[in-house]
Amino acid sequence: MRRKSHKRQPPVASVNSTETRSRPEPASFLDVRELRIHFDTDDGLLRAVDGVSFELEQGRTLGIVGESGSGKTVTSLGIMGLHRSRRARISGEIWLDGEELLSAAPERIRQLRGQKMAMVFQDPMSALHPFYTVGAQITEAYQAHHPKTDRRTARDRAVEMLNRVGIPRADQRVDDYPHQFSGGMRQRALIAMALINDPSLLIADEPTTALDVTVQAQILDLIRDLQQEFGSAVILITHDLGVVAELAHDILVMYAGKCVEKGPATKLFTAPEHPYTWGLLGSMPRVDRAPQERLLSIPGNPPSLIRLPQGCAFHPRCPFADRNGEKSFTEVPELTGASDPGHQVACHLPPEERRRIFAHDVAPRL
Amino acid sequence: MEITEREPLLKVTGLVKHFPITQGLLRRQVGTVRAVDGIDFTVLPGETLGIVGESGCGKSTTVRLIVRLLEPTGGRIEFEGRDITHLSRGAMRPLRKDIQPIFQDPYSSLNPRHTVGTIVGAPFRLQKVETEHGVKDAVQELLELCGLSPEHYNRYPHEFSGGQRQRIGVARALALQPKMIVADEPVSALDVSIQAQVINLLDDLQKELGLTYVIVAHDLSVIRHVSDKVAVMYLGKVVEIGGRDSLYAGPMHPYTVALMSAIPVPDPRRRVKRERIVLTGEVPSPANPPPACRFHTRCWKAQKICRQLEPPLRELKPGHFVACHFPENLPASAEADSGAADRGPGARLREEGGGARGGWAPPHPGWCRTPRAGRDEGAALITRAGRSRHALCHRLVWN
Ligand SMILES: Nc1ncnc2c1ncn2[C@@H]1O[C@H](COP(=O)(O)OP(=O)(O)O)[C@@H](O)[C@H]1O
Ligand SMILES: Nc1ncnc2c1ncn2[C@@H]1O[C@H](COP(=O)(O)OP(=O)(O)O)[C@@H](O)[C@H]1O
Ligand code: SF4
Ligand code: SF4
Ligand SMILES: [Mg+2]
Ligand SMILES: [Mg+2]
Repeated sequence: MRRKSHKRQPPVASVNSTETRSRPEPASFLDVRELRIHFDTDDGLLRAVDGVSFELEQGRTLGIVGESGSGKTVTSLGIMGLHRSRRARISGEIWLDGEELLSAAPERIRQLRGQKMAMVFQDPMSALHPFYTVGAQITEAYQAHHPKTDRRTARDRAVEMLNRVGIPRADQRVDDYPHQFSGGMRQRALIAMALINDPSLLIADEPTTALDVTVQAQILDLIRDLQQEFGSAVILITHDLGVVAELAHDILVMYAGKCVEKGPATKLFTAPEHPYTWGLLGSMPRVDRAPQERLLSIPGNPPSLIRLPQGCAFHPRCPFADRNGEKSFTEVPELTGASDPGHQVACHLPPEERRRIFAHDVAPRL
Repeated sequence: MEITEREPLLKVTGLVKHFPITQGLLRRQVGTVRAVDGIDFTVLPGETLGIVGESGCGKSTTVRLIVRLLEPTGGRIEFEGRDITHLSRGAMRPLRKDIQPIFQDPYSSLNPRHTVGTIVGAPFRLQKVETEHGVKDAVQELLELCGLSPEHYNRYPHEFSGGQRQRIGVARALALQPKMIVADEPVSALDVSIQAQVINLLDDLQKELGLTYVIVAHDLSVIRHVSDKVAVMYLGKVVEIGGRDSLYAGPMHPYTVALMSAIPVPDPRRRVKRERIVLTGEVPSPANPPPACRFHTRCWKAQKICRQLEPPLRELKPGHFVACHFPENLPASAEADSGAADRGPGARLREEGGGARGGWAPPHPGWCRTPRAGRDEGAALITRAGRSRHALCHRLVWN
């Protein structure tokens, strides 16, 4: 059951979001506004996604990063209309090419899914049915949206797509079962299946996390090439900042169900302003720099989404929490514009101070 | 070059592990998985050896051989100068406390029915080690050392996050004050932030306790951060081994070069400039490894000799060994003695103007083969992200 609106008032209504709410027609190809996805659990209400907004144009890639449990997958399943559980409470708006998805009929969503929007999951083994050949599954995905095509044509199309994603001897391998494929090939097959109907929105959820670095490089190149070829909008979800840096034009950093920072990729890597983003960047050993003496890291663990810390959800792990009087502990920081257009940060630290801390204390240690 | 006269703590020579492939009810042997197929390395006291390579290359098997969870098929393992290759269980017992393993999965390597106190205290009981103030005190001290709280003593593993569980694993490994810790993918199941905590912990413990590490990971960035010396494995062989800085600044084996060019770099400004060697295909099966140089099916420099003669591991820079007929990034002096000149054009390729990173030399246009349909393993492609796959080749000349 999908609920169109949610009783709970949004805790923050940033200048930006009030603006978008009053604007009836979305300007962007994908326009997600104040998306909230909460689950009723036995322990209480779990706020998996709590007021996330972003826009994405065709031909662009948005990277969503954050630790596990920050709500990345729940967000993408929400866009795909895949939260069917009665325990899921969804609110906000999702505009895809001028059509609002949360209020659309379930048949309409089914129609759009696989055709206009498609998703590639982290674990290709669970997304492919073990009892059917890879070809049969891809063919079916095609025929579902092209009911008039005969099997022969659909199968040819499947072979063509498998070829396109770099499966050698595709005309023979099309009759293999998923277990006969290696991990990298299964991921390619899934990408072929996702792209067979030429979707204009592709969501790739940790598409390379389970793969070796060489295969990862192949898959990332493939996604990049296919995007250039088909001009789709891509949402790339990953916990690996190196991977988003390879592909994303824009980046959204999630922490505990909220967007804490978003902006152009170059900005987020060169002038990030949120302490959590600093921590993520500082946590990764980098091969493109002289070896770090010690990694910056982030102390502690992500919070429970049922009992979120008061104020800024990041405050128990933030080294700068006490620099704002009591504010970090009592008030949820709003996502507001940073120094550059399109760059937004949710942190109580004054902008000048954020930039000073980054330049003096953080950047030299990255 | 640092001169090291210290005796190695661990010395591995010609180590081999073959697993039989059996079939049918009678478990008739129909083949052999050459998981580890003749590897050599040494680890000095206080040093960290990192082992990298794609999955299936034999890294975990190597670890299991070192900690003697597997019986070697051949070769020799020496610890502190003593041959421990075929020590019996009983004879191995006192050594068990000197060499401690840490495993990848902090979820499955801890018994869910035991408290943290029982888990971390187990080595004391198993080895019948007396502690000054009792096992509980010793365990609580270890927990604190590993960034946990002494109050965690009576809790169960499921009450902890992944990072904390890995800390429990580290605490358990440290219980008997080992000389060496052998860790198989200790951080790969963890989020990057938690990964950093555990890496820092391992760093601190090494400094504080003078530990020696062998750390296996498939993440080349992690390996560079933690290691003093790095071994690159491919299909059961060490194809390159050397000091961390030498290896990362000038990788010589084409496989290492390709691995390094595939590392995603967290800097979007670089992606336009980056050139990358994308290996096509995947690692062939270790049950049926390619003859001679095992990398030849994926190597863009492969020549006839690579399919006929296995390249030996040779020291081409001080302390830096490579097994390749046509290595990259050769120092000028080594080139003369390597004899590469008579082995065909590959060895004489030079790059004009230096590469984007590390300065490795991409191949001649003639070698920019596209993968042939009909083969899983193809040749390598040179790509320049988002541009023509062959653009790079123009920068090359014959020497
Ligand atoms: N169907 C569900 N019911 C209850 N909780 C859920 C459900 N799906 C996800 N969650 C919870 O939502 C949170 C966010 O999960 P997820 O989006 O998968 O994180 P990520 O993809 O960022 O690792 C997690 O705490 C997870 O346990
Ligand atoms: N107990 C075993 N029996 C048979 N084959 C094995 C066994 N353990 C590992 N192998 C095989 O040995 C090869 C090397 O495996 P492993 O050492 O786990 O590689 P890595 O850790 O580098 O991924 C793989 O092909 C694997 O399937
Ligand atoms: S609002 Fe306060 S606690 Fe939150 S990130 Fe900013 S400084 Fe840290
Ligand atoms: S050049 Fe020859 S010997 Fe060297 S890695 Fe390639 S195939 Fe092997
Ligand atoms: Mg996820
Ligand atoms: Mg392994």
